[in-house]
Amino acid sequence: MSIKIKNVNYTYAEGTAYEMHALKDINLEIPDGQFVGLIGHTGSGKSTLVQHLNGLIHATGGRIYFNGRDIYGENFSMKELRSKVGLVFQYPEHQLFEIDVLTDVSFGPKNLGFPEAEEKAKEALRMVGMGEEYYRRSPFELSGGQKRRVAIAGVLAMEPQMLILDEPTAGLDPKGRDEILDQISRLQKERGISVVLVSHSMEDVARYVDRIIVMNQGQVRFDGTPKEVFRHFRELEKIGLAAPQVTYLMQELKEKGADVDTDVTTVEEAADAIESWLKK
Amino acid sequence: MIRADKLTFDYERLDEEGKVESVKRAVDHVSLDIKAGEFIAILGHNGSGKSTLAKHMNAILVPTEGTLWVDGMDTKEEDKLWDIRQDTGMVFQNPDNQIIGTVVEEDVGFGPENLGVPTDEIWKRVEESLSAVGMLKYRHHSPNKLSGGQKQRVAIAGVMAMHPRCIVLDEPTAMLDPNGRRSVIRTAQKLNREERITVILITHYMEEVIEADCIFVMDAGKVVMQGTPREIFSRVEELKRLRLDVPQATLLAYELQKKGIPLPDGILSNEELVDELCRLKLKM
Amino acid sequence: MIRDITLGQYYPAKSLIHQLDPRVKLVTTMIYVVSLFVAKGALGYVVATIFLVMVIRMSKVPFGYMTKGLKAIIMLLMITVIFNLFLIDGDIVLWRFGFLRITDKGLKTAVFMAIRLIYLIIGSSVMTLTTTPNDLTDGLEKLLGPLKKIHVPVHEISMMMSIALRFIPILLEETDKIMKAQIARGADFESGNLIRKAKAMVPLLVPLFISAFRRANDLAMAMEARCYRGGDGRTKMKPLHYESRDKMAYGVVWGYLLLMILFGRVIYNYISFI
Repeated sequence: MSIKIKNVNYTYAEGTAYEMHALKDINLEIPDGQFVGLIGHTGSGKSTLVQHLNGLIHATGGRIYFNGRDIYGENFSMKELRSKVGLVFQYPEHQLFEIDVLTDVSFGPKNLGFPEAEEKAKEALRMVGMGEEYYRRSPFELSGGQKRRVAIAGVLAMEPQMLILDEPTAGLDPKGRDEILDQISRLQKERGISVVLVSHSMEDVARYVDRIIVMNQGQVRFDGTPKEVFRHFRELEKIGLAAPQVTYLMQELKEKGADVDTDVTTVEEAADAIESWLKK
Repeated sequence: MIRADKLTFDYERLDEEGKVESVKRAVDHVSLDIKAGEFIAILGHNGSGKSTLAKHMNAILVPTEGTLWVDGMDTKEEDKLWDIRQDTGMVFQNPDNQIIGTVVEEDVGFGPENLGVPTDEIWKRVEESLSAVGMLKYRHHSPNKLSGGQKQRVAIAGVMAMHPRCIVLDEPTAMLDPNGRRSVIRTAQKLNREERITVILITHYMEEVIEADCIFVMDAGKVVMQGTPREIFSRVEELKRLRLDVPQATLLAYELQKKGIPLPDGILSNEELVDELCRLKLKM
Repeated sequence: MIRDITLGQYYPAKSLIHQLDPRVKLVTTMIYVVSLFVAKGALGYVVATIFLVMVIRMSKVPFGYMTKGLKAIIMLLMITVIFNLFLIDGDIVLWRFGFLRITDKGLKTAVFMAIRLIYLIIGSSVMTLTTTPNDLTDGLEKLLGPLKKIHVPVHEISMMMSIALRFIPILLEETDKIMKAQIARGADFESGNLIRKAKAMVPLLVPLFISAFRRANDLAMAMEARCYRGGDGRTKMKPLHYESRDKMAYGVVWGYLLLMILFGRVIYNYISFI
């Protein structure tokens, strides 16, 4: 399962006063089983880009290939694409509408005509850590973090091969944030699906993903492993982004003359690097 | 400035006939004393009761038991209601749902209009408060075209125009991106420093409270920890149990301590940690 | 993106008409509508045309914008014209086909009715194009002020209107977002018969209503926190008061109405009397 984006352009409201070139000549490939972080400040085009991946927005130029097939081709079914590429919007709990949790999560698989929609829903709820006791509860009675997990389960129940999450932790407390990211990470490993995580938090991205794509003004600015990308922290700052706090800490240590490895993006790595430097 | 004595608040859930079905205690015997000019932070996970407590501070809610005084005024006294609300302004989480005007300057003027301030004075206050939050050049814009951080600064200006002595910010940054978050916190800090406004910041972002004078940590409606940032962030394990976090520099220092490296407790920033580490290296 | 679209159809420009007090424009529009029904005979319509053309020229709004509103009433216009044309009895029959016939009187009434409707739409377009929705609400509140004495909640109505103006773009954007999210979950809003389509709206409407109520709740709290307690004792940041140009405009408008009565009624009656 891979997605290939070739020369994709998107212009909003072409030919009117509101015309805006939101994506400029994007070329990307997301292979099977990869955990990708997509970062960029508000308005950089990252939300527009992810909506292209499941056909909600139609590119004004360029092609997108899903498993080698052109999604704008004549015989391509958008409904099938949407079942294979699951998209979880920001604040997904605002889309809950059914009388109970299980029925709401079954909505997706039912729409796709899955025979065991309810089974799939139960499986998805299990994956996000919502047990049987919640099946018949109204989604509106749950806490914020629980609602969020039910909404994510609503997309997972469609058994997508690629999962895209637009800031899944916005507004959650630190523990709630870690719980959701841990669950997504586990899911990605167990099922071998690819995950695209749109996030503002460099610390979160550095901790979980294999690869970071940085967007700015509708273009891809950097694309590489967290270490490679955060090496460019000065350029990142220029476009309103930053590296994780520990990356800066290692830089400051180095500037004070310490002979430490500055290629550090997580707290664990930093602790190891400092320990070995102190023992030198 | 604000004093609470055994403040308790119960949310009552009514059944279809209007009878009390169940009672949920959101704030449980909280006592605190906030002095004028302080920058106070209230931390706590979602559902810990911190927002409910905040809503007492300008009498949107009144205590079920106990008392809360704002500048010596008991919030239960109804004839003091508008004085209390003028005295402590409130900024809420969702930037879209608290801006009333369709033009920035008109929104900032909304509060003074309600207070019956004369027209000329309103214009003066609008200008002053918009420039205090750095939004004067957007005065003729529609709020819909601003970013989240800018909208929150307009909301702060709207409160400032009422000339309060205290501002309560109820998770003002929860829906913002990092740049917006920074601009809002800087604005709050600036008002505290330059205008001597008492600031009460409710949040679950640890980086935002490092410079606070005092932090209250809430859990299950109670204040469970209280102290300076340094005191609070020395207790990493306890904070984690309360579904909270510490700044990355603090966490790193804590991890290093666990590896047997003798660092002091309560390191808050990169600079402090770097200094401590260099000192250690010299001793070795 | 939807948030960029301005509500109403305000056309920003610097003209005398734009600068007028919204109350003047509201009253003028009302007087103009009345004057159209006062007029009898071609002479009255000549005066109404001259007045309308003058105002449009002064407003600096391109004429194309004025006629946009006509598209909405084109059907109504056609029906009115056809009914008047064929159904009114007159003295001279101009054209006959089977039971259908057009008389001189029918033709005259049809033409005048059409002109009335077109002028009415263009006239109110001039008002909405040159006045921001906010100013209109303010003007309406002040004009209807005396109704407070008979307990009409004038301030509340105008506050509701201006809040609606602020939140409609936000709710439109929200609708778009929820729709996309449900499409991503395989929802289908387009195919099927009417009943299926109506059922397909549930996943859109339920979240939308919940969100609207949540916003209303938040907003009410925010307004109370900023000491909002209804219209009593409130001052205005931008109070309306008449400038000399507004007083002059009133003079012109009343003068116009007198002319209309003179040409449309008095002279008309005099001529037909002869």
